[in-house]
Amino acid sequence: MKYETVIGLEVHSELKTKSKIFCGCSTQFGSDQNTNVCPVCLGLPGVLPVINEKVVEFAVRAGLALNCKILPFSKFDRKNYYYPDLPKNYQTSQYDLPIAVDGYLDIEVNGETKRIGITRVHMEEDAGKLVHSGTISNSEYALVDYNRTGVPLIEIVSEPELRSPEEAKAYLEKMKSILQYIDVSDCKMEEGSLRCDANISLRPVGTEPFGTKAELKNLNSFRSVQRGLEYEVERQTEVLSEGGHIIQETRSWDENKGVTLSMRNKEQAHDYRYFPEPELVPIVVDPAKVESIRASLPELPDARKARFVADYGLSAYDAETITASRAMADYFDATVKAGADAKAAANWLMGEVSKHLNAANKSAEECPVAAVQLASLIALIDKGTISGKIAKTVFEGMWDSGKDAETIVKEQGLVQISDEGAIVAIVDGVIAASPQSVADFKAGKEKAIGFLVGQVMKQSKGRANPELVNKLLKERLAAL
Amino acid sequence: MDLFKQTIHTLHERLTKKEISAVELAKSVFTRTDVVESKIRSYITETREQAMAQAAAVDAKLAKGENIAPLAGIPGALKDNICTNGVKTTCASKILANFVPPYNATVVDKLAAQDAVITGKANCDEFAMGGSTENSGFFVTHNPWDIERVPGGSSGGSASAVAAGQAIWALGSDTGGSIRQPAAYCGAVGLKPTYGRVSRYGLVAYASSLDQIGPITRDVTDSALVLNAIAGYDAKDSTSINEAAPDYTQALVQDVKGLKIGLPKEYFGAGIQPEVAAAIQKAVEQLKAMGAEVKEVSLPHTEYALPAYYLIAPAEASSNLARYDGVGFGHRAEGSDIIEMYKKSRSEGFGPEVKRRIMLGTYALSSGYYDAYYLKALQVRTLVKQDFDKAFGEVDVLITPTAPTTAFKIGELSDPLAMYLQDIYTIPINLAGLPGISLPCGFVSGLPVGMQIIGKPLAEATIIQAAYAFEQANDYHTRFAPLGEE
Amino acid sequence: MKITRQNVEDVALLSRLEMTAEELDAYSGQLNAILEYADVLNKLDTKGIEPTAHVLPLKNVMRPDEVKPSLPRELALSNAPEAEDGYFKVPKVMEG
Repeated sequence: MKYETVIGLEVHSELKTKSKIFCGCSTQFGSDQNTNVCPVCLGLPGVLPVINEKVVEFAVRAGLALNCKILPFSKFDRKNYYYPDLPKNYQTSQYDLPIAVDGYLDIEVNGETKRIGITRVHMEEDAGKLVHSGTISNSEYALVDYNRTGVPLIEIVSEPELRSPEEAKAYLEKMKSILQYIDVSDCKMEEGSLRCDANISLRPVGTEPFGTKAELKNLNSFRSVQRGLEYEVERQTEVLSEGGHIIQETRSWDENKGVTLSMRNKEQAHDYRYFPEPELVPIVVDPAKVESIRASLPELPDARKARFVADYGLSAYDAETITASRAMADYFDATVKAGADAKAAANWLMGEVSKHLNAANKSAEECPVAAVQLASLIALIDKGTISGKIAKTVFEGMWDSGKDAETIVKEQGLVQISDEGAIVAIVDGVIAASPQSVADFKAGKEKAIGFLVGQVMKQSKGRANPELVNKLLKERLAAL
Repeated sequence: MDLFKQTIHTLHERLTKKEISAVELAKSVFTRTDVVESKIRSYITETREQAMAQAAAVDAKLAKGENIAPLAGIPGALKDNICTNGVKTTCASKILANFVPPYNATVVDKLAAQDAVITGKANCDEFAMGGSTENSGFFVTHNPWDIERVPGGSSGGSASAVAAGQAIWALGSDTGGSIRQPAAYCGAVGLKPTYGRVSRYGLVAYASSLDQIGPITRDVTDSALVLNAIAGYDAKDSTSINEAAPDYTQALVQDVKGLKIGLPKEYFGAGIQPEVAAAIQKAVEQLKAMGAEVKEVSLPHTEYALPAYYLIAPAEASSNLARYDGVGFGHRAEGSDIIEMYKKSRSEGFGPEVKRRIMLGTYALSSGYYDAYYLKALQVRTLVKQDFDKAFGEVDVLITPTAPTTAFKIGELSDPLAMYLQDIYTIPINLAGLPGISLPCGFVSGLPVGMQIIGKPLAEATIIQAAYAFEQANDYHTRFAPLGEE
Repeated sequence: MKITRQNVEDVALLSRLEMTAEELDAYSGQLNAILEYADVLNKLDTKGIEPTAHVLPLKNVMRPDEVKPSLPRELALSNAPEAEDGYFKVPKVMEG
């Protein structure tokens, strides 16, 4: 029996507003525990919420960027349940009339573009953080930090149209990319500003009814999402193949053990008793405002990728890689505008620049080498002033010092030697000093020339123009 | 006349004329409390030290020849569900027995801006749930007119303090009649503003879509003065009306000529104590004689208002009271894990009426019952509101009894449902969000009878004027509860 | 019987209230009486009637995205039954 995987993802993204959703406390991450709290977000008796207008604006932006319809009338509801990270023991969220519905985003997997439906986008408040002494199962008490309570979130729910863990990862990456592009969230999974829960079930290939789903939590990185889902596919396949039933339950991904574990249900199934939030009045977004927000959206990843392919002749793969992050795409645009050849710029960005950024845990906008500086480095290679190999050294120097390419080349004397006479002198010297290699080469070992080229490069401290070295070495050897 | 028996407006004049000092006035009120409190039990917490300091500050201003606000130096009490910074606020519940808010309710700040003197926090039904103050988690308050009877509820302590001379004015809160009914039972003037007219920020929520803070005073003039102090837009309250409040003292005009009064026939049917009905009729005749036009109107969905209220209010309350869990504040019981801690803390901390309403509300919202109960009640609410809208197309105000009877005896109404039925004339007004005022219109066997005047949204001035005209044509507002301690 | 004893038990759990057997019986009786009374609402045909969740026609009440001072931590914790190291402390929590 062959099974088809059905996956739906629920993504929570913290919005990067300055203040919380219902009060003026700062949303800053990493503050000392319980220092960004006030009577409102602590849920003290008598307090009332007032919604932050930026939250609504960001939610509309997200809805539009995800091709949703913005509902003209939207309201808040209470989701009631008891948990110590929830001071009021209810979460103010949106239930039946969310801010945005019926959208989609496109993903590329194995060269194929697939459209994944988005059911809804809604606003809600975040809960606080629990710190356990020991693990959650063996600690005798817990400590609560309410700094995060009231930080604004949008929840984005996909249709169950993903068919593999790979697709799920691609969806998540595209989602992160879009949300960063429109600047509503930092989307840092490691800081919790992007979170993902997954629903996964299997059904026999060719059938329509959905199988029983399991909900996966604790997927704290893109990798965990993929690995967790892969494990679940295996687990569920095994259960079903042996004639068993999948239990509808919540399972937690254990990163260390590489398995999902059933989360013990400590109480009856949740009855959230949703009802309209009486302390908040409805949101009626005026169509003109929606259009003005739509007009203010930047070029989104897919459009940007299409433009890079059309205008700059980049391959689909290169365009996809470069447009994954808005900062990188902006950097690319700036580099090309400063005169660099598009393909060269793309190679540099995907190569040396990315390597350095990743090692330093920086994003492209924090790159110590400015786009114009990269452009002039590429120009130097183009002109033949330095070789591609030397350019890497120059780049290192630029990264460390912030100086221009020309300056580094001059200071370190890295100008490429392209004077044939100078190269011939070194070539002759190397030939004279390496009789064995010369003899090998003459005897037919083509590869022996590699050693000789290496020697010439070494003698010239890497500055000899490699093409000329090859050409002249062959000439001189032939002349022997 | 003793200072503690006088009105805000009289005392203000005497203060500005330097006939009396604010400190003297505060002392008069506190001495009165010393004499009668053991009989009445209006206060959960007294704030004498702060009050004396506030009074002294007003005297200092007066000495400098500065102008003072109408409420400056006048001692008043606050229902104990209104948050006061640094002063215990218990909502008359064991679960908040030691809760000290780190902030003020907006109305408290507004009163401070007028240099009002706060005498303390008044007793009430626990979390404002009740019609007699017998549900207080601490003790029962007694009606100054007959100490074997209830003062009404839930703002019983606020009304009794005013009636007994333990405060010149008080603030109460009203969700289903909790300002108007105790005012009626205690012979005071109680005003529930239009929903949204007074900020709810700092009022411990019972039923958010119904709650309002309002004044309980000796006469209508005082009511207008307190309303002036507390009404107005508050950016911290999303349900606050963003329209400036007028000066309500402009409505203190003794004129009802041409005023169209509607008498909803559904409010004069069975269940009303005959003498109460008679007192209201007599009052209405008097208004007619003063030039008002009276006609019968109908509010056909009246009988559905009370059951709808007893689904909506508990539903909202069940959610509003979920935060009382022993985690961040309030009573915490020992528990081996958090769920046990929640259950024990809440069960120990809440009284039976609160538990009843929490469970009723939880049930009405629960899966499978939401449509039949909560949603249905919200639809009925629409119908109740539409009834009033239609009636106000024909008349300017509606007049009804405030309560079906005069104050009942402590312990008399032990059946919860029987207690709920006392709110029959006040609840619909909360459902529709309308302003309503209760003022004394007679006495039956020495017990005050309250007449309720209801207005259109934001028509406080109209109901104040009608009330003032009636009040000034009579002398009920000059009568004082005969506590025998004079 | 509008509400069974089991319903009341379930509701008590949802509300995090503890009940003895006698209390369950007592509350069941009272809740039943109230719900019987509320049954009168079913006499009304409310088809097509919009529910009123908010009695005021307010909408779009919002505030600007500005940071305001938070509470000093000692005040935030001032009513905490138990605190440790600047945190609120609670007993053992199971997976939620």
